[in-house]
Amino acid sequence: MIAVIDYKAGNLTSVVKALNYLGAETTITQDPDLIRTASKIVLPGVGHFRSTDLLNKLGITEAVRGAITKGSLFLGVCVGLQWLFEGSTEAPETPGLGHFKGLCERFPAHYEGAELKSPHVGWNSLDSIRPDSRLLRGVPPGGFVYYTHSWRAPILSATASVTKYGGPFTGVVEQDNVMGVQFHPEKSSATGLQVLKNFVEL
Amino acid sequence: MLTKRIIACLDVRGGRVVKGIQFVDIIDAGDPAELAHRHAAAGADEIVLLDITATHEGRGTLIDTVKRTAAALFVPFTVGGGIRSAEDAAAVFDAGADKVSINSSAIARPELIGEIGGSFGAQAVIVAIDARRGTLGVEDAEVYVSGGRKPTGLRVVDWAREAEQRGAGEILLTSMNTDGMRNGFDCELTARVSEAVQIPVIASGGAGSAAHFAEVFARGKADAALAASIFHFGVTDSRELKAELQRAGVSVRLPC
Repeated sequence: MIAVIDYKAGNLTSVVKALNYLGAETTITQDPDLIRTASKIVLPGVGHFRSTDLLNKLGITEAVRGAITKGSLFLGVCVGLQWLFEGSTEAPETPGLGHFKGLCERFPAHYEGAELKSPHVGWNSLDSIRPDSRLLRGVPPGGFVYYTHSWRAPILSATASVTKYGGPFTGVVEQDNVMGVQFHPEKSSATGLQVLKNFVEL
Repeated sequence: MLTKRIIACLDVRGGRVVKGIQFVDIIDAGDPAELAHRHAAAGADEIVLLDITATHEGRGTLIDTVKRTAAALFVPFTVGGGIRSAEDAAAVFDAGADKVSINSSAIARPELIGEIGGSFGAQAVIVAIDARRGTLGVEDAEVYVSGGRKPTGLRVVDWAREAEQRGAGEILLTSMNTDGMRNGFDCELTARVSEAVQIPVIASGGAGSAAHFAEVFARGKADAALAASIFHFGVTDSRELKAELQRAGVSVRLPC
C-alpha cells in the first residue's frame, strides 16, 4: 500500500493513475497517523512551493520525518522533490523538510550570454546516472523525461542524476530510503513508468 | 539537452476527431482516445485535445471524451475548448488533463489566466492565440476568437505579453493564414512572439513536412510545434518525423 499525500497542490490523478496502472495499491490521504505507519509514501505536486505550508499545518511534515527515520520509502515528485530540501526562494517563509541541504532557486534569466526561457518545459535527458541508484535501475543514460518547473534543486552528493538547462541541476535525488524526481514520471512515457515501477517494487 | 517538442493535436467535434482547412471544410478523422494512444506510441511528445465547437455552441467541454482519452496516456495531455472558469478547468483536470488551453474566454476575461494558474500552477495554463495577419504583415497580426470567427482588435504580440504577465505557462500560437494548408508554419510571426515573451511558444498551423518543423524551430524560434492533419491521414507519424528532424540536426526525443 502506497500512501499518496494529498495537499491540494495541483493534480494527484495522474500519479495515482500511473501507480495503479503498474499494479500498486494506493491510498490518497491527509492523515498523519496513516502516513506515519505507511511503508511507502509518495508526495506528488505541481505548482507553488507555498502549497507545502499545508503539510506543516496538518502535521504531515512530522509524520513523514518519523516514517523516514523508521525506514519507510519516500518518493517526492516535482515540488515533492523540492520539499525535501531546506526550502525554496519561491516561498522563503515556507520551510521544507530539510532532509537535504540547500535551497531551491529559480532558473537564471540568462545563461552563457543567451536568454533562458522559463519555465523549463519539455523532454530533457537524465545524465550522470549514479550506478547504485535503485530508483533509476534500467533507465538508459540520457533517457528522456518530461519536466515543467521554474525552480530547481542544487546538486549534492545525494544527486542520483542531473539534467542540464541553464547549467546542471538535480533531476533525481536518492539517499537510502529517501528519493525525489524533479520531472514527472507519470508523464514521461516508458522511462517514467520504469522509475515508478522501480519504486513500487522496492 | 532540452528537446524540441512535437505535439499531436486532436480537434474534436461531437466526440469525433475532425480536421478543417483554414478553420472550415470539416472532415472526420477518427476516435479521440484511439488516436491519442496511437500518437503517443509513435513518439508524440504531447497530446492536445481541442473541443473546437465548444465556445461557438456555448456548451461545456466533453468530459467523458477527456476521461476516456486520459486513461493510460502517460504523456502530457492538454484540453481546450469551452473552459470559461476555474471550475470548468478543475473538471477537466479531474478528468485527467494536465494542462488547459484557453482562448476566447481569456480574451473575454483575462483574470481567468491567473485564477486557473493560482489553483493549478502556471504550468497548467496554455493561452492559445489564433492570429491573422493584416496588410502590414507580422506587426499588425490580429487576435481572433470563437474558432477564428471574430476579430478582437488586439495585436498578437501585445496579447501574448499580457498573457505571460498574467501567469500563462505557455503560448500556443496558431496562424490562421497557414492553418491546414500544409505549406509550412508562419515562422516570421512565431519568431516575433517567441522573442516577445520568456515562456515557451508552441507553433501551430501549416505543418506539411519535416522540413517545415525544422524551419519553425530554427527560424521561427519555436519551443514546440503542433500538427494534426499530417499525422491523422498517415502522411507521416512522429517516429518518421523525429528521425528526419534528427538527421537535420534538430534535438528531439526518439521514441523507445
